[in-house]
Amino acid sequence: MSQGKETFAGRLLRILKTIGSKIKSGVLRVVGKITGIFKKKEPDMIVDPTTGKARPVAREMTRRQYVWTEMKKNKVAYLMVGPFLILFFFFTVLPVFLSLILSLTDFNMLQMPHFKGLSNFQRLILDDEIFLLAAKNTLIFAAITGPVSYLMSLLIAWFINELPPKIRAVVTLIFYAPSISGSVYLVWQTLFSSDSYGWANAMLLKIGAISKPILWFENDKHVMWLCIVVALWTSLGTAFLAFIAGLQTIDRSLYEAAAVDGIKNRWQELWFITLPTMRPQLMFGAVLSITQSFGFGSIVTALCGFPSVNYAAHTIMHHLDDYGGQRYEVGYASAIAVILFAIMITSNMVIKKALSKVGQ
Amino acid sequence: MSRKLRTRSHRVVLNRSAGGDAGITFFLVIMGAFMFLPMLYAIMQSLKPLDELFMFPPRFYVRNPTFENYSDLFSLLNDAWVPFSRYIFNTVFITACGTLGNLLLGSMAAYALAKLKFPGRNFFFKMIVMSLMFHPTVNQVTHFILLSSVHWVDTYLAIIVPAMASTLGLYLMKQFMEQSVADTVLESARLDGASEFRTFWVIAMPMVKPAWLTLIIESFRSLWNTGASIYIHSEQLKTFNYAITQIVSGGIARSGAGAAATVVMMLVPIVVFVINQSKIIETMGTSGMKD
Repeated sequence: MSQGKETFAGRLLRILKTIGSKIKSGVLRVVGKITGIFKKKEPDMIVDPTTGKARPVAREMTRRQYVWTEMKKNKVAYLMVGPFLILFFFFTVLPVFLSLILSLTDFNMLQMPHFKGLSNFQRLILDDEIFLLAAKNTLIFAAITGPVSYLMSLLIAWFINELPPKIRAVVTLIFYAPSISGSVYLVWQTLFSSDSYGWANAMLLKIGAISKPILWFENDKHVMWLCIVVALWTSLGTAFLAFIAGLQTIDRSLYEAAAVDGIKNRWQELWFITLPTMRPQLMFGAVLSITQSFGFGSIVTALCGFPSVNYAAHTIMHHLDDYGGQRYEVGYASAIAVILFAIMITSNMVIKKALSKVGQ
Repeated sequence: MSRKLRTRSHRVVLNRSAGGDAGITFFLVIMGAFMFLPMLYAIMQSLKPLDELFMFPPRFYVRNPTFENYSDLFSLLNDAWVPFSRYIFNTVFITACGTLGNLLLGSMAAYALAKLKFPGRNFFFKMIVMSLMFHPTVNQVTHFILLSSVHWVDTYLAIIVPAMASTLGLYLMKQFMEQSVADTVLESARLDGASEFRTFWVIAMPMVKPAWLTLIIESFRSLWNTGASIYIHSEQLKTFNYAITQIVSGGIARSGAGAAATVVMMLVPIVVFVINQSKIIETMGTSGMKD
């Protein structure tokens, strides 16, 4: 018989297996008893009153169980979002939290960080005059470029909407091109160059308004508004395209019905039909415009150098770059980043709230 | 989707005043001049011979157009410490890898977010919308720390990998998929036994080609315009745009080459946009945010 020929190792294995299964069932019984204390015991099978046969009880799942089964059922969905989300988490979410944490320390990339509470913020607001100047410049910059570029995008998109498609495509390109063409805004440096070969200076010299060339980008009276103009020039971007597209998806029959109902002119049409119908696009455009209006730092740096003359066009973004990228005061730079982050998110939230009331 | 705008010659005539028409045309012409003339001026400058570049008073139009500036640019870049071709290779390589990665990862995630109902998807999407609300440069310091912790600083990876996870493309793709891919089509593919990946790749992806192009353009635009980055120090790894900016800021002696460089830099994205304009507009039609 096979039992007689059983090897020592095989026997040991069998014994271990039985011991293992005994332990397992014992543990399960104990666990079952413990959980049973908290759970009301319910039968697993009941007799169905209609058919007279036994069937499993349909139990209500707890929310957690439900979520868990749903998650297991959708494993493939997590596989699909996974790669993107991991990168997104690492490069977007984590940096935000890291900034929040580091803003409370004195980290300088070399030594271990020490916890310093809110002193970085205190120093920013009470002692750092350049930061206050930068904050003022940032707010002026954003308060002008944000709304103006938004309105420009909306109005131009609306105005060109009734042009024939071919012409509209060309006009769209003309307005959109500056925003996609990279560093072409440097041409403004030629137009406003500080010698008399620049257009602005040459014109003013010719008509006799000035006697010697103005140093446009090196003069603290001019840099701010010049940068705003250039920023606006490059600002008809994705939001503008979204508006054009949004306008084209509106059904013309809506306008016709409104005309019959007594809408008198295109401005009423805009307010009562167009804007409410394209509210989702308006939201999307607003988010992009606001975000963009805080991100013009690189244009300013390219045009006026860094730091700009007398810090006249110094924004929070530059201040961040100064402390984070050049002085390596990472803790302090993180505090700057946190404040800028808070400003951007708050203004987005406020504008979204306001926009949800359009046409209502 | 791509509905042609009908002219107002038939059916109900909408109320349009002549004054309004004139005002709008006037506004458009002014704005158009503001947008277009600097672009045109950039092109003109690049065609001017040296004596016209330094003429007083400056003229807008070029009298004796020449391609000298372009050949100057070419020789200037060839004499540079790092060969010209290296800058171009860097830009093309970064743009291609980043855009492809963004397209693959982004549309896969967009499909799951738009068409599969799994716990957490609303939360994920809210995070992505949230990320559109702040400018990524605000993160640059901590971003740098993270990149250096994985030793990616001064490699192509520092630019390419974060670009793969750029959220605007994903957002547009998801919104477009939600509206233009019918659930019934996907359902019948699943009933035929196609796996979810297969359904995504064979059924859904061909239906959202306009959104692909838009995602590609968005990604292309930002990567093409990558200039001096704080994550790259080696001259060998720097981009074409960086080289161009160096030339443009090189002062009066390089005005001609600088103007030519600017034009080269701007023409590529413009051509790419012109080819795909109608698809992009179609995608943007679904870009709306609910609340």
